[in-house]
Amino acid sequence: MDSKITRDEVRHVALLARLELSDAEEELMTGQMNGILEYVDKLNELDTKEVEPMTHAIELRNVFRPDRVVPSLDRNDALANAPGTDGVNFVVPRVL
Amino acid sequence: MQIHSFPIHRIHDLLETRQIGAVETVSEFLERISAIDPGLNAYLATFGEKAIEEAKLYDSGARDFSASPLAGAPVAIKDVIAIKGELTTCGSRILKDFVSPYNATVTEKLRRAGAIFLGKTNLDEFAMGSSTENSAFVKTRNPWDRQRVPGGSSGGSAAAVAAGLCAGALGTDTGGSIRQPASFCGVVGLKPTYGRVSRFGLVAFASSLDQIGPITRDVEDAAIMLQAIAGYDPSDSTSVDLPVPQYRAALKQSIKGLRLGIPREYFIEGTHPEVEAAVRTAIETCSRLGATIVDISLPHTEYGIAAYYIIAPAEASSNLARYDGVKYGHRAKNGADLLDTYRKSRSEGFGAEVKRRIMLGTYVLSAGYYDAYYKKASQVRTLIRRDFLEAFQKCDAILAPVSPIPAFKLGEKSNDPLQMYLSDVFTLPASLAGIPGISVPCGFTTEHLPIGLQILGPHFREELVLRVAHQFEQASSFHLLAPEME
Repeated sequence: MDSKITRDEVRHVALLARLELSDAEEELMTGQMNGILEYVDKLNELDTKEVEPMTHAIELRNVFRPDRVVPSLDRNDALANAPGTDGVNFVVPRVL
Repeated sequence: MQIHSFPIHRIHDLLETRQIGAVETVSEFLERISAIDPGLNAYLATFGEKAIEEAKLYDSGARDFSASPLAGAPVAIKDVIAIKGELTTCGSRILKDFVSPYNATVTEKLRRAGAIFLGKTNLDEFAMGSSTENSAFVKTRNPWDRQRVPGGSSGGSAAAVAAGLCAGALGTDTGGSIRQPASFCGVVGLKPTYGRVSRFGLVAFASSLDQIGPITRDVEDAAIMLQAIAGYDPSDSTSVDLPVPQYRAALKQSIKGLRLGIPREYFIEGTHPEVEAAVRTAIETCSRLGATIVDISLPHTEYGIAAYYIIAPAEASSNLARYDGVKYGHRAKNGADLLDTYRKSRSEGFGAEVKRRIMLGTYVLSAGYYDAYYKKASQVRTLIRRDFLEAFQKCDAILAPVSPIPAFKLGEKSNDPLQMYLSDVFTLPASLAGIPGISVPCGFTTEHLPIGLQILGPHFREELVLRVAHQFEQASSFHLLAPEME
């Protein structure tokens, strides 16, 4: 049987997901994802051509609030959990 | 006195009439946690000194028990819900050192109602799992049999209530994570309607499904805790601005004349025979109490697992994108550049099940696959919801098992994710539909493992679900049994 997802695709999805998998993880993941994806194929037994997709458990209209500046999280509190800061900004490794 | 074995409402009566003190009460729970929890691992953190300090305010008269039925109640919070100034780890290495800068709305509400927090309870990492074995820190054991899991993902909360290590607890339910551990541990667990309880300060897993709810010793306590946390919150735009009924008052009414639906799709081959027998007996009890039992069909039940395990991972992959090692959480030390830092931080910080769901979710949302998976699953979700809406034309509430099996052994399913997912078959459909559901104890297997009866009701009809559960509970005695812990 054709597999649903190849190891190369798993490697690509890992990049999209910002994960890095070891060889062993990649192999295990490929097998497990194939098993799960084969199982969920079950949904194709159902004809859903005329069915609206449900995106939420209850009907919600867009919720607006006035566009006003209100107090929010204090800067020191916001920085308190960061792995790297200069006291004012988040500091990250170089991008380029 | 065996304060630890009492429900919240009884503890409150004793406190209010000064038969016990608040410090005495909190101390009894804390001592019990010290003695018993090392063998159970229900808690990830405890707040002993702070809890005693708060209790003293009651004993000194600075605070008043009559303010609320939760005044002085020692409770535990699943460690995916924020308490300001305390760690919120989500059972994950990636948030191992994360200190919440604010309170969740539910913790704020419980605090205002006078509840005393004993600690934070263990869970599957980011609430992803059905056994609490996916916690990055410890494996919680089932108080009824230490070789078995407490269920999940709110396994720590359910085990703590069952073992008398708190009087009540908060859990969260995305696909059964309150009801299934409540059933495995022989306690009461209520998943409210989607939108009934604010999720501000709950770390997001699958945002169209997540709900917070109580895990308690009896149904009256579930009503009391729901009353305290329910209602609209401007900080959560998915919370719904509908009046909140008086849940405790609704319990007393008999169920005579109520139509209770029995969905044939929930009585299938593969269900443990003792589970089915206990649920059948519970149905007879409800019939004896005057309810009319009607056969119903929820024809798309068997598609619930497949739809859920597309939708929930898809939403999780999006929600968990925020863990990038920049604003909070673990950052890898040796990243070559920013992208490398992202990938290493996330790979070091997340456990196997979380990675699996992020991978699945990323895949089903990726270019070319969206229609085949996510859209298809969302359409099937419409069909599952429609099943319930049609069923509620024929009946007022639904009775079913919570789980096809009682608590399984540690390690029994942890190497086979699909087998683990399949055990959620009876809880996922209600989550997908967004309706309320409760697990209430309805028996034991010959191995003394608890069995739960699931009661489902229409959207925002928690008072009805609680009433059926309470009337059944009062006609039975399973909720009075506690595991031997000494």
